[in-house]
Amino acid sequence: MAQNIASHHEAEANDRVLFGFWIYLMTDLLMFAVLFATYAVLRDSTAGGPSDRELFRLPLAFTGTLLLLTSSFTCGIGMIAARQYKKFQTLLWFGITFLLGLAFLTLEVVEFRELIHEGHTWQSSAWLSSFFSLVGTHGLHIISGLLWMAVCMVFIVKRGLNSSMIRKLTLLSLFWHFLDIVWIFIFTIVYLMAFV
Amino acid sequence: MLKRTKMTTYDKAALVVLFVVGLGLLLVVLTDGYNIALFNPKGPIASEQRNLMTFAIGLMLVVIIPSVLLTFFMAWKYRASNKKATYNPNVRHGTVFNLSLWLIPIVFMLIMAVVIWNTTHKLEPNKPIAANSKSLTVQVVAMRWKWLFIYPEQNIATVNFLQIPVGTPVSFKLTADDAPMSSFWVPNLGGQLYAMTGHINHLNLMANTSGDYPGMSAELNGDGFSGMKFTARASSPAVFDDWVRTVKASSSVLDAAEYKKLVRPSKNTPVMLYSSHVQGLYNAVVLKYMHMHPGSYKLAESPHQ
Amino acid sequence: MKEFLLGKLSLKALPHEWSTIGATMTFLVGALVLVLLITRLKRWKWLWNEWLTSVDPKKIGIMYFIVATFMLLRGGLDAVMIWLQQALSSGASNGYLSAAHFQQIFTAHGNIMVFFVAMGFMFGLINYVVPLQIGARDLASPFLNTLGFWLYVAGAIMINLFFVLGGEYAATGWLAVAPLSGTQFSPGVGVDYLIWSLQISGIGTTLGGINFVMTILKMRAPGMTLRKMPMFTWASLCSMVMVVTVFPILTVTLFLLFFDRYLGMHFFTTDLGGNAMMYTNLIWMWGHPEVYILMLPAFGIYSEVVSTFSGKRIASYTSQVLGMIGVSTLALLVWLHHFFTMGAGANVNAFFGIMTTVIAIPTAVLVFNWIATMYKGRIRFKTPMLWFLGFISVFSFGGLAGLLLAVPPANFQLHNSLFLVAHFHTMVIGGVLFGIFAGITYWFPKVTGFKLNERIGRYAFWGWIIGFCMAFIPLYVLGFMGATRRLDHYDSSTGWQPLFILALIGGIIISVAVVLQIIQIIASVIQKRQLADTTGDPWYGRTLEWATPSPPPFYNFATIPTVTARDAYWEIKRHGGLPKPKYEDIHMPKNTAYGIYVSAFAFLAGFAFVWHINWLAIVGIIGAIVCVIIRTFDEHVEYTITADEVEKIESKMRKKNLAADGQGEEMGLWDFVKIVITFIADIFRKKLWRRI
Repeated sequence: MAQNIASHHEAEANDRVLFGFWIYLMTDLLMFAVLFATYAVLRDSTAGGPSDRELFRLPLAFTGTLLLLTSSFTCGIGMIAARQYKKFQTLLWFGITFLLGLAFLTLEVVEFRELIHEGHTWQSSAWLSSFFSLVGTHGLHIISGLLWMAVCMVFIVKRGLNSSMIRKLTLLSLFWHFLDIVWIFIFTIVYLMAFV
Repeated sequence: MLKRTKMTTYDKAALVVLFVVGLGLLLVVLTDGYNIALFNPKGPIASEQRNLMTFAIGLMLVVIIPSVLLTFFMAWKYRASNKKATYNPNVRHGTVFNLSLWLIPIVFMLIMAVVIWNTTHKLEPNKPIAANSKSLTVQVVAMRWKWLFIYPEQNIATVNFLQIPVGTPVSFKLTADDAPMSSFWVPNLGGQLYAMTGHINHLNLMANTSGDYPGMSAELNGDGFSGMKFTARASSPAVFDDWVRTVKASSSVLDAAEYKKLVRPSKNTPVMLYSSHVQGLYNAVVLKYMHMHPGSYKLAESPHQ
Repeated sequence: MKEFLLGKLSLKALPHEWSTIGATMTFLVGALVLVLLITRLKRWKWLWNEWLTSVDPKKIGIMYFIVATFMLLRGGLDAVMIWLQQALSSGASNGYLSAAHFQQIFTAHGNIMVFFVAMGFMFGLINYVVPLQIGARDLASPFLNTLGFWLYVAGAIMINLFFVLGGEYAATGWLAVAPLSGTQFSPGVGVDYLIWSLQISGIGTTLGGINFVMTILKMRAPGMTLRKMPMFTWASLCSMVMVVTVFPILTVTLFLLFFDRYLGMHFFTTDLGGNAMMYTNLIWMWGHPEVYILMLPAFGIYSEVVSTFSGKRIASYTSQVLGMIGVSTLALLVWLHHFFTMGAGANVNAFFGIMTTVIAIPTAVLVFNWIATMYKGRIRFKTPMLWFLGFISVFSFGGLAGLLLAVPPANFQLHNSLFLVAHFHTMVIGGVLFGIFAGITYWFPKVTGFKLNERIGRYAFWGWIIGFCMAFIPLYVLGFMGATRRLDHYDSSTGWQPLFILALIGGIIISVAVVLQIIQIIASVIQKRQLADTTGDPWYGRTLEWATPSPPPFYNFATIPTVTARDAYWEIKRHGGLPKPKYEDIHMPKNTAYGIYVSAFAFLAGFAFVWHINWLAIVGIIGAIVCVIIRTFDEHVEYTITADEVEKIESKMRKKNLAADGQGEEMGLWDFVKIVITFIADIFRKKLWRRI
């Protein structure tokens, strides 16, 4: 009886935390929406400099997209393993997710460095300010996600895979998929539409 | 000796009415003889705006005064000490009540919506004013913290002083240089419009009566904000032509060097009159900020419409 | 090296003007007195354990009140300075403030009143009352609650910090419109202080919003469906949904302005493609819903007050709820009415003008509903009801002014004039502030266990009404006279000065009313036995918060009641009162200091961003992240109170209540003055200073 009350209490708490995290994700989505709106307004404000069509390298962005999409997939597999309390497999698949995310981030850093090296910085024009801010904010979110993933993996090793850990992984995977969806929008609106 | 009694509700209500009426009278006395600009229109735009405001205030008062009075009536009638009033905590308000709750405001707002749609289009600032005389173009550059007025057709320019002929529609083209957003406002002639760098805002006004009318910036733009005032003088067309001749005889010229000096921040700038200005000065000012936005803005129209 | 360590900080940042020196001295003396007092009373541990690290929404609510009250006095001082300057500065006189200083004062006044006073009081009330009204013991996330509060405090400290370091605040108006707020026209640190105090407290607000939505939707007592929720809870839900929707816009907009200033970006600059008009749009997309975020809880309070003091249920529950939902939805669709004069064209202007008038529909419905609630009621004119009547008298005319402003061609003549200033002050003071006062006087007995002195409360009320009329009706007239706002000086030929002097007198009367409110509280404390609330239900209330003792135990309810109808407690009373309690174990969240730690790091990061101290910013960010990680991976965040312990606490409370007495007459103002004189005389007669 006491066990039922305790697990009922925990289930309610889990439900609440999940709901709250969804609300947080919506606020995050709204922030990205504002950044997207800003990008749309400033898309043509190149201050006489080169435009997106001239500066973007689609193959690079496309590779990054594939990496991130794959990492979402591996994250999903990791979650399945976690719900089955399979500690090693969880660590393996989240580890792969981590590496894929890191690879994505590396490509982004490479792209940024190239632009800056050629003299196209966030100070050059309103459009570039908006580009670096939108893509950069997404990148910062990816870094947060990777940090979160690393800490989770450390705690799985230290404390094992319990229900509280699974709840944290659930939220993390929600966050990771969310970032993947936002990236699809970025890839479409920022990169693909430059060449339309 | 009078016995001291407690104040009744009626006494308190009388005091409130006395206070409100007294305050009102005081305000009337204090403003007597001064320019209540919004209700003292000197041009057709300001007149229409005043009529619109009067109508809207009247319409709203029709709803608001009964509501406020009804509130106090209810409060008084159903006060706990009034044993004569029925107390029915289970009163059920039916469909009629609910419907009127919504319908009364909806009806009033529909009227307002129609009025808004019509008057907003009718009084759109960039709509030219129909009149018998040919219109006058004045290009306005808001700076820190003064107003530059360029008369392209007369080839003169002034700072912090504007003269226009009565009965002539004036087409103001508003922009700014090296300044945050400012707002060009002459309350006696009509409403305001923003003056921003890289943009041309088009405001049409006309004066019906001669006189000196205060003008200002209605948007905070820095330290010298309160000194960014100008006088708008409306005079008969003949006097206006005389004035133009006087300005053309002035020794100051608004050449490139003088303009560079003028644009520097200065507070409480005195009136200046220039007998001529650089050709295409206004367009150059706008273009300075605009060349980054290909195709999205229209240039100032040629002065000879 | 110095630049790396200290960024833009230097000795020049220390106070060197009369105002900054004066303020810094005041803060230092005040802090010193506080520290000495707490040390003398040996209350440091108590303060830390019982209050600062508490996650109890009742305690957090009270702390919000204390900070908001302090900020009210600070913002009110700004107001007095503004009144004084504008009354003096006509013609040859330039008043006593420079233009720049005056502009900083009204900017700070606006930020403080909106972000720290109104939001603080509202969050305080919602924190205390909503869990009680829905039969919950705490919010969904106790940690987010304390974190949100301390972020608010960090913001409040930040907005006062410029007195000590930097000496200047933003001079841009409360919303820091671009390009005036960019580095080109505002190169100092003032705007940066604005950005970071608003940003940090704004994030706190967003977290609070998420928390309250979670709580209201997921933690109601059994049987309380959405359509049985009390009005204040509904209003809070609508308000918090708006918070969650629009505060992200503020967060991003402030970040973009920050990027322009810190990283040299070009979102809102005048050159290289910047679009200042975009700032205006974004900031008002947040700004307009913000005023409704403040207004809706006030509407909720009025609903509770009218219903309770008329002894009747709200006339049409459904219309009231639909009205509040209508207001919150429409609030998102009207932002452009703040800048009709920017030149968007007739179609756009007309659309937004019409949407603005449409908002008047649900607002009018709410007002009519309250009037109908009084119909066939039995009305008691306690102080909260007086504040409601004051609200109706004042707010209706402010609303008329608003509808006038909603008509674009009329707006062209009224925009940025003192008419506008009078309008929004009518709404915020007559609507929000009077609502806060109604809420405070209504729920005070629940929080403290004794009622407020009604006599002095009435004097304060009348002071506010008279002072408000005298301070703001002249401003409406000034607007009609073509007076623009934010002027530090004007010509004597305008004839405006007598009206400004009238406004100043009104301001002085308001200040007296505020003093009376403080006296009211002190007098009530002195007479707390006479004014004691022994039943927990001093007003014959209708909602669940009145089903608890005053003040409630930290777990709110020993047994969560089951709800069967609207006005849950009224129903329970009708059916013979609360059932005999069946005690069971209660799980409560532990206190935590991590809200303080994270906020401290966030404060450091904000401070570092103001002064361009990059290494400190990194320390602040990393510190905050580490603390969040430590807290979220802490598995032991709850503790249990056994059923026996609950029973013991409950019986102790019952005994305490029976001992209090509720007899005696309320003291009047003259009685209070006599007490103060006697007290001061005693200090000298008995040489009480020797006891310190």
